[in-house]
Amino acid sequence: MMFKPKIIGFVCNWSQPTTLNSAGTGRIWGYPRIRFVRVMCIGRIDPVAVLETFAKGADGVLLIGCHPPDCHYVEGNLQTEYTVEILKKLIPLAGLEPERVKLLWYSPSEKQSFGQHVKDFYEQVKNFGPSPLRNEQPQSKLMLNILATKNVASDFRLRVLLGREKELTEGVNVYGEHIPKEELDATFDDIIREEFVRHMFYLLTKTKPFSVKELAETVGMKPAAVLRQIVNMRRRNMIILDHVEGTTPFYKALEVK
Amino acid sequence: MEKKKVGAVLVVGGGVAGVQASLDLADSGFKVYLIDQGPSIGGVMAQLDKTFPTNDCSMCILSPKLVATGRHPNISILTNAEITGLSGEAGNFEVKLRKRSRYIIEEKCNGCGLCAQKCPIEAVDMYNEGLAQRSAIYVDYPQAVPLKYKIDREKCIGCGTCYEICKAKAIEYEQKDSEVTLNVGSIILAPGFEAFDAKQKSEYGYGRYLNVVTSIEFERILSASGPYGGLVLRPSDGEIPKKIAFIQCVGSRDFQLGNPYCSAACCMYGMKEAVIAKEHTPSKLDATIFYMDLRAYGKEFDDYCNRAKEEWGIRFVRSRVAGVTEDTLTGNLHVHYVENETPKTEEYDMVILSIGMTPPKNIDKLAKILDIELNKYNFCETKHFSPLETSKQGIFVCGAFSAPKDIPESVAQASGAAAKAMSIIAPERGKLVTVKEYPPERDVSKEEPRIGVFVCHCGINIGGVVNVPEVVEYAKSLPNVAYAEANLYTCSQDTQKLIREKIEQHKLNRVVVASCTPRTHEPLFKETVQEAGLNPYLFEMTNIRDQCSWVHMHEPKEATEKAKDLVRSIVAKATLLKPLQKPVINVTQVGLIIGGGVSGMIAALELAKQGFEVHLVEREKELGGNLRKIHYLLENEDPQEKLNNLVRAVEGNKRIHVYLGAEVADVTGFVGNFKSKIALHDGEEKEVEHGIVIVATGATEYKPTEYLYGKNPKVITQHELEEKIANGRFKAKNVAMIQCVGARNEERPNCARICCGQAIKNALKIKEISPETEVYVLYKDLRAYGFKEDYYREAATKGVLFINYDDDRKPQVTSEPGKLKLLFWEPILKEEIELEPDFVVLSAATIPNPDNKRVAEMLKVPLTKDGFFLEAHMKLRPLDFATEGVFLCGMAHSPKYIDESISQACGAAARATTILSKSTLEMEGIVANVDEDLCSGCRICEYLCPYNAIEIKEKEGKPVAHVIEALCKGCGACGTACPTKAITMGHFTTEEILAQVKAALMEEATA
Repeated sequence: MMFKPKIIGFVCNWSQPTTLNSAGTGRIWGYPRIRFVRVMCIGRIDPVAVLETFAKGADGVLLIGCHPPDCHYVEGNLQTEYTVEILKKLIPLAGLEPERVKLLWYSPSEKQSFGQHVKDFYEQVKNFGPSPLRNEQPQSKLMLNILATKNVASDFRLRVLLGREKELTEGVNVYGEHIPKEELDATFDDIIREEFVRHMFYLLTKTKPFSVKELAETVGMKPAAVLRQIVNMRRRNMIILDHVEGTTPFYKALEVK
Repeated sequence: MEKKKVGAVLVVGGGVAGVQASLDLADSGFKVYLIDQGPSIGGVMAQLDKTFPTNDCSMCILSPKLVATGRHPNISILTNAEITGLSGEAGNFEVKLRKRSRYIIEEKCNGCGLCAQKCPIEAVDMYNEGLAQRSAIYVDYPQAVPLKYKIDREKCIGCGTCYEICKAKAIEYEQKDSEVTLNVGSIILAPGFEAFDAKQKSEYGYGRYLNVVTSIEFERILSASGPYGGLVLRPSDGEIPKKIAFIQCVGSRDFQLGNPYCSAACCMYGMKEAVIAKEHTPSKLDATIFYMDLRAYGKEFDDYCNRAKEEWGIRFVRSRVAGVTEDTLTGNLHVHYVENETPKTEEYDMVILSIGMTPPKNIDKLAKILDIELNKYNFCETKHFSPLETSKQGIFVCGAFSAPKDIPESVAQASGAAAKAMSIIAPERGKLVTVKEYPPERDVSKEEPRIGVFVCHCGINIGGVVNVPEVVEYAKSLPNVAYAEANLYTCSQDTQKLIREKIEQHKLNRVVVASCTPRTHEPLFKETVQEAGLNPYLFEMTNIRDQCSWVHMHEPKEATEKAKDLVRSIVAKATLLKPLQKPVINVTQVGLIIGGGVSGMIAALELAKQGFEVHLVEREKELGGNLRKIHYLLENEDPQEKLNNLVRAVEGNKRIHVYLGAEVADVTGFVGNFKSKIALHDGEEKEVEHGIVIVATGATEYKPTEYLYGKNPKVITQHELEEKIANGRFKAKNVAMIQCVGARNEERPNCARICCGQAIKNALKIKEISPETEVYVLYKDLRAYGFKEDYYREAATKGVLFINYDDDRKPQVTSEPGKLKLLFWEPILKEEIELEPDFVVLSAATIPNPDNKRVAEMLKVPLTKDGFFLEAHMKLRPLDFATEGVFLCGMAHSPKYIDESISQACGAAARATTILSKSTLEMEGIVANVDEDLCSGCRICEYLCPYNAIEIKEKEGKPVAHVIEALCKGCGACGTACPTKAITMGHFTTEEILAQVKAALMEEATA
């Protein structure tokens, strides 16, 4: 049977009638397997929502907003650009192709090309094949990965910077300095890499106590690097020492009631 | 015309030495500016886990001193500061400082830590030696003083989150570096040391092999507040090691490296780290120490060393470690070493490098600005007879900057430097300090209790877990509570004002604060209620942060209930609180010094310079003590000339009364109010009144019974050899010296410290006057610590033969008619050697003055089991006794070199000045009270009191216990033991304690 991707499209309230309806009336395109979810502004969709969408089994996620100058909320849509950038860093960690998410700007004048973009996206997702998360059990490695990315996206550290990215890169920081985009990008990379590992360890040690070596083997990291993260997690009250077996300490997640 | 002198002192460096110097100065009536390059004070000691030889927790003993410094009204702490310029002269300096921006308004920051929790940027945590991470906005450690956050401008990306988060509005991104100009009379340098960079010894693999760590990193690893929570783990894989090795002398005693000196503290801290590592490891841990000489030369250090060997099973290997290599598969380390000329290799899980001390970073720059001389290693240049003075008048030095040294020596020197700094501005005492004035106290005795309860959110530290408004509402419902409110920060300045207003508005007569720890904050709140006219003892505090919200952060409901219980029970106690008066006692501003050796004389001169009268009592017919027997030094100074100058200065000083051939026969009284009888040489007795006592009874040379001493005239002691050389009567072809005679044996297990230096000194002298004479030194460990190592090397270079022996193969001295024979084992040649020396010189131990026992009993102060005087605390109170007003210095404390005795003598004078500088002393109000009707005169309390604060007095024909309030510290040991319950403790009466207990146990909140 031919693979038919399941795609969720988040659409802003103001581009929705024009995009979807005009497309509908013009019979330009019609992909029955794209399900649209309306929001008032596409800026409303945060990375957690997209990751959750994948966790629930979507093969692709489309974000559709008004072309930048036309945003009904001045520039609410621009935040989505930053969101997508972050998603492109997070999604591979969950074992998915970053191209499974796409942001499209709709402008009535670009009706035709817009349709083409959607089509391309559909075909691309189709080529990727079904999301590996589709039929995963809740405790599987892949599910843990996506859950960890979700936690990363929920983490204050990431969100606070994401929220200020525009301000920092387009304007100046509190010291009146311009922060080059690449510098902030590198910071994001660091945070995401570290937080992903920490949340991964957190999720793993929630199920049973782990030693440094076990964690290292499970995630394919060097034990020394694992230990450094555990030191950090202890500082942030994410993990505690559970017990020692021989010469091996075991750690477990510190669960918040 | 001479410039006007200034009654203020600048102390450079906020480590333990700088802190001690500041406290002594400020307690003696001088304004102190304490500056540090870093964001907080505490220095290296704040990084240590435990301290030798008592294994006390370092932070636990240091933190009270830091808090006292931070709160002292006469100490201004300037952090992130460095000196940029100096002008003026001793007595009146102008110092320019650059204070780097913290980007935090210090006055506003309450140290709640919310900013650090929310800061998205992480940086390497250097307080934890890079083994952990911290936020870009940070404090070094939770007990930091001042507890003010700082933005790491290198790491901060300027996102502005902290500004939004900070409830105290303390963030100021625009803050600029500032220039500060200070006017001070003298300067004390205590910049400490820089730990040796272990990467320079690349053969040990530090920086390449993860499981090779430095000793300071290992301190953090051992610490419960460190990266691994106090469990020893291998950085490579987080496993608990089974076998660890310590390599000593890394960056010390290393000629090629340019650090030929000994770092003086590493042998002991290495041993301590090994012991603590074993203590902290649940599984079996083997620890080996690779050393060259085990330099356990300090007070009772050999005891510690013996325990490390026997009780803890630490293995010691005398060797040189050639290198370390790593097994890349396991991360284990191969230690390659040479023992008795044989190369060996052993495998370990982890290797710790005992790194040495190097001069502070950029010290040449500072030295240039201050115009002081550095020695060839870039430590501060000092002279043997003036160990606390730099080359520039009015600038003094203490701690590791003048030579590598351990904590107690740094602390003693710090007090000593304080004495020196004070003496040049003594007339300005009290002129720049602020005396706090309080309004008259309100009489609340006729009022019903009206309690005000202030519950702190501590930012979100408490409020984020405990439902503070609920606790406040609950407090309002409690009996006798007239007012309750919540504060964002109860400790902030505006809240203090508010508390004072509420006391007035609501006629409050008791105040309760539910917040953090009384240890840091109780004095502040007591002051606040006193400012509002309440007796400070009408204040109580309960800790709903450290003991509640922090430990129950994941159980907010239970935490709130617990906070209510804590508030309820402290309110129950507060209801019963009674005002207490702090006893004020007069001080006789006169000192008594027992012993007229170098220590006693220096202490007397220092006290006289401070303006105090001194009685100096010496048993011999002349001043000078052991210094009379010293004719030359390793250092290039003439001891007899110095002695004569000292004696002349003492005898010519109007304020010093010297009693020769006399002894102190009796001492009664207590701090500020002693009365003593001096038995004079002519059989008369003189009574003197004084406020303090300094014990400087010195020590004496052991008369050997070993090695035919006293039987063969060719067997002599080092002192006797020195006498011969000084008199020009020395002639010999070969001389053999035997170390550790009467020391480090079963009877006296501890090292006598100075005999190695004596042997080297005499050996070098022999080589100087008679280069052909062969000199053999038979030693167990050559303990030429600090810069003395230079002379050891010089002696070896000049052909003095140093031969190691151990207790299993002691040298043997035999005599045949006309012949003296010495037989010893040569460990390198591995054969017995027989000599016929012209002299066998015994390095006889320095043993306690036999009079110590009598003096100790008279002063009611303790002796060590060796018979030296035992100070109040071996690490941080080396010159004090637990009995207030009594101090010690010099060889009465333990054997030491002249410069060390001088440092201690100056230090004891400074400690004494903290008392003598005041005409009255205000003591603690929480003291024991005796109900004389109930007292049976059984003397149990007198026996139990650790401070000698109880004396038995005759009253109406019956003996009753009397509390000397000036000495009582309020511990309550007497009250607990009193069989007739005649003793109660102020502020902690049985009724108060039980009321608190009863309220704590009430099942349901009564609300």
